[in-house]
Amino acid sequence: MKQIKFIGLAILLGGVGVFSSALFIPSFELSEVGYEEAFEGYNDDNRSRYMAFSEAILSQTEGKTYPSVFAFSADVRGALAKRNEVLKGEEKWDEVIWDKPHEFASLLAVPAAKGPINESTGLFLFLTFGLAIIGGVMFILPDVILQGKPGIKNDHIFHHPATNRGWIGWVVFAWLVSFYVLLYFFPDYVIGWSMITDPVSMLLKNAPGGRWFLYGTLYCTVMTVMAIRMFVKYRGNRYQIFRTSSVLFFQICFAFLIPEIMTRFGAPGVDLKEIWPLDYDFFFDWNLRSKLEYGTLGIFLLVWGLLLIVVGVPVMVYFFGKRWYCSWVCGCGGLAETLGDPYRQLSDKSIKSWKIERYLIHGVLVFAVFMTGMTLFTYFSGVTEIASISTNDIQGTYKFMIGSVFAGVIGTGFYPAMGSRVWCRFGCPLAAYLGFVQRFKSRFRITTNGGQCISCGNCSTYCEMGIDVRWYAQRGQNIVRSSCVGCGICSAVCPRGVLNLENGPEEDRINENPILIGKEGIQLSLNVTSQKG
Amino acid sequence: MRTIAIIGNGISGVTAARNIRKKSADRILIISEETPHFFSRTALMYVYMGHMKFEHTKPYEDNFWRKNNLELINDRVNEVDFDSRTLRMKSSANLSYDALILATGSSPNKFGWPGQDLPGVQGLYSFQDLQTLEENTHGPLVKASERTVKTAVIVGGGLIGVELAEMLLTRNIKIIFLVREDRFWGNVLPKEEGEFVARHMVDHHIDLRLNSEMESIEADSSGKACAVITKDGERIECEIVGLTAGVSPNIKFLKDTKLETARGILVNAFLETNIPNVYAIGDCAQFHVAPEGRRPIEQVWYTGRMMGETVASTITNKRTEYRPGNWFNSAKFFDIEYQTYGMVSARLEEGMEDFYWEDSTGTKCIKIVFEKETRKFIGINAFGIRMRHERFDFWLNKKCTVDHVLTHLPDANFDPEFSKSCESAILVEFNAQFNTDLVPKKKSWKRIFSKTNHE
Repeated sequence: MKQIKFIGLAILLGGVGVFSSALFIPSFELSEVGYEEAFEGYNDDNRSRYMAFSEAILSQTEGKTYPSVFAFSADVRGALAKRNEVLKGEEKWDEVIWDKPHEFASLLAVPAAKGPINESTGLFLFLTFGLAIIGGVMFILPDVILQGKPGIKNDHIFHHPATNRGWIGWVVFAWLVSFYVLLYFFPDYVIGWSMITDPVSMLLKNAPGGRWFLYGTLYCTVMTVMAIRMFVKYRGNRYQIFRTSSVLFFQICFAFLIPEIMTRFGAPGVDLKEIWPLDYDFFFDWNLRSKLEYGTLGIFLLVWGLLLIVVGVPVMVYFFGKRWYCSWVCGCGGLAETLGDPYRQLSDKSIKSWKIERYLIHGVLVFAVFMTGMTLFTYFSGVTEIASISTNDIQGTYKFMIGSVFAGVIGTGFYPAMGSRVWCRFGCPLAAYLGFVQRFKSRFRITTNGGQCISCGNCSTYCEMGIDVRWYAQRGQNIVRSSCVGCGICSAVCPRGVLNLENGPEEDRINENPILIGKEGIQLSLNVTSQKG
Repeated sequence: MRTIAIIGNGISGVTAARNIRKKSADRILIISEETPHFFSRTALMYVYMGHMKFEHTKPYEDNFWRKNNLELINDRVNEVDFDSRTLRMKSSANLSYDALILATGSSPNKFGWPGQDLPGVQGLYSFQDLQTLEENTHGPLVKASERTVKTAVIVGGGLIGVELAEMLLTRNIKIIFLVREDRFWGNVLPKEEGEFVARHMVDHHIDLRLNSEMESIEADSSGKACAVITKDGERIECEIVGLTAGVSPNIKFLKDTKLETARGILVNAFLETNIPNVYAIGDCAQFHVAPEGRRPIEQVWYTGRMMGETVASTITNKRTEYRPGNWFNSAKFFDIEYQTYGMVSARLEEGMEDFYWEDSTGTKCIKIVFEKETRKFIGINAFGIRMRHERFDFWLNKKCTVDHVLTHLPDANFDPEFSKSCESAILVEFNAQFNTDLVPKKKSWKRIFSKTNHE
């Protein structure tokens, strides 16, 4: 069994290795035909603007075969900048290409890419995703036998360099951060990756999917494999099994398949479970327009999104707590609860980090509301600037700082350093909104069971949100915290059956001055004195 | 302003200190040689197994103590001079006090076995015991070929023994478990439950030997423990011997003083010793007359906490009697959680009847004891099923019948959501055994939250 695990790990690493090196595999050769191909789907105005650059770009790249995307991209960006300079000098603003240089390079990199990934796509799909899935499953499944009877085995988590910020943790950290930086900010560099999944995209929606299709496929694959790990690890706990199944279902169907299929039929590809303000561009001009232009379905999507914000969140949180979303439905939560589970214990539980958390998450919420307010103001009034702040800049800043850096690079990249819920805890504006409702108007709480707590600290240690669960449990107080995502792990790891997630009457939900069972004697005498006093 | 000295920074002493501070500005000293800060003793096993780091076992952040003006003194009290109210310290200056709270805890029992003090032989109670265990065993992630410690013999079938076994198993050490009684934890668990736990231990590859007693421990040429000899004359080779045959009050340094002691420090119902302004709480206290339904010495976490609260109330407020209420406790045996409410004795008492139910997988069981005549519910042992403490406390206080308890059992279920419920299976079995036709009631939040009546 241990050998199977070991071989599995080797295969998994092989898959990750091939995937990582896929960045360096394609070579690039840009032809005139290729240049035209890149802008085929564009409307006439745009296309002619891009086509006007063809000479400038092609003269730079002509006759060259680039061994890597880096050299190719450098030449393209150089030629683009040069041509833009000339046009700016001539004050021909309409003819300038304002695209980010790496975005522009990525458009041309697609038709220019040559090499084995294009020639044998099936093989590369197998060598990357295939090997990683096979290896991952081989690494995970033997635990059913190795770990014996159902029951959570957290043995050696704080001894192991992968799960205790050891060297493996830092390697994974570096890989994840690099992955997200490349994915978000260097779309041209990741052409080698999206080439791997493009054939899948062709099958699904009859068009190449690019980097976001790659990311979606990877996301679903990672979640599926790591969900198998969850099923094995928590196999004695049906709450965990159900919750993991749910979050996986919503990711694969709602976040991935449905939007992809919708775009195949020309409809706006919408993730029906995304809710503003996590879905920060819900009210963006182009988004509203595309929905309004699409007729009945578009209107439905708009109304659905609004209903989720105004009715869905408060009603569902009232009955079930914010967990209905954060750990049963949400995609970010889904990744945290599967890929992130091995790192959940690394969240900081100090009072200081709780303070930082409250400033940050509510700060992001205020930012999101402000940004959306400006967006809507501009949409309805047509005024694009307020006090010399342009709506466009604010949107761009939010997209870069919050949407990409915080949610992506830090949110997931920092798993091995700061635990699995960095984004959900410190950044997600929707989590802040759900949290308000959970704290002030909800039937959800984690009940503390009488006087059974022994202050061991398992609950706090394994809380991914950094809640000091023990602080409440040892004084017999129910846990009602806005940040709790209801993952249920505190209850699962408690050795004394002290904690339980419950939806019950609101009355007495927050028992701020709990009486520990058995303490009546003291309580009685204290009451006598306070009456006197 | 008085100076209140507390010897011991475990749950009892620290609870006393915190609760005194809530009500008074007295100078409070917490003295302990074991560790600079309070930690959860029950969690030491998780540190060894790598579930937690030692920091995680501290219920309060390190700056908590200064913030609340609680003085921590990391030293040992060698001697107490009760006449001059002075503590003679091992390495720092003497301290004087106005009131003294003794919360010195326990130490592992040793019954004079030959070889009991050899290197490689140890108990498991203190932070130092954990360090010793780390030294005595190899590191957590070493290769099979580098393992020097292959076998451990654990002597004494109680909770600490199971914990030690679970810990050592994570380092791939073979466990031979010697239990003097004919079943596991025989002085606490009835026969069925003892056998139930024993089966679970065997499932975890523990070599459990019942009716087996240790005679002596042998040393090898280097003076380290190398084998255990049983009373039957069997020689079991091993590198580690765990002594887990219970604990006793840690009061050696108080013997032969004015302080009245027996097994522990003798106290009255107000936790007062025979010397004015000297109190004893927690594991080290022994009641002259035990509270109703209780034993004179109770070495559990929550009684330490309750005694700490009680003595704090006496010192700052009003002389307060220790009234622990209904007995309850909990533990975990590998994967199976155990909870108990009310009294289930190891041997069924006169006039009592009991009911046992076990599920088909052998991972859950309950035992209920009730009075034959009145059918009054007396107590429950639950294995693999979590129960709501508040409900059972309520039923015990209301002196409900076993029939009431069983029909309302869904109210008391505390298992995580979506767990398979056993209440109807339990009731079917009960009806069959006792010729009743009880019908289960659905879970009711109204009943669960009602404080006064139950219908």
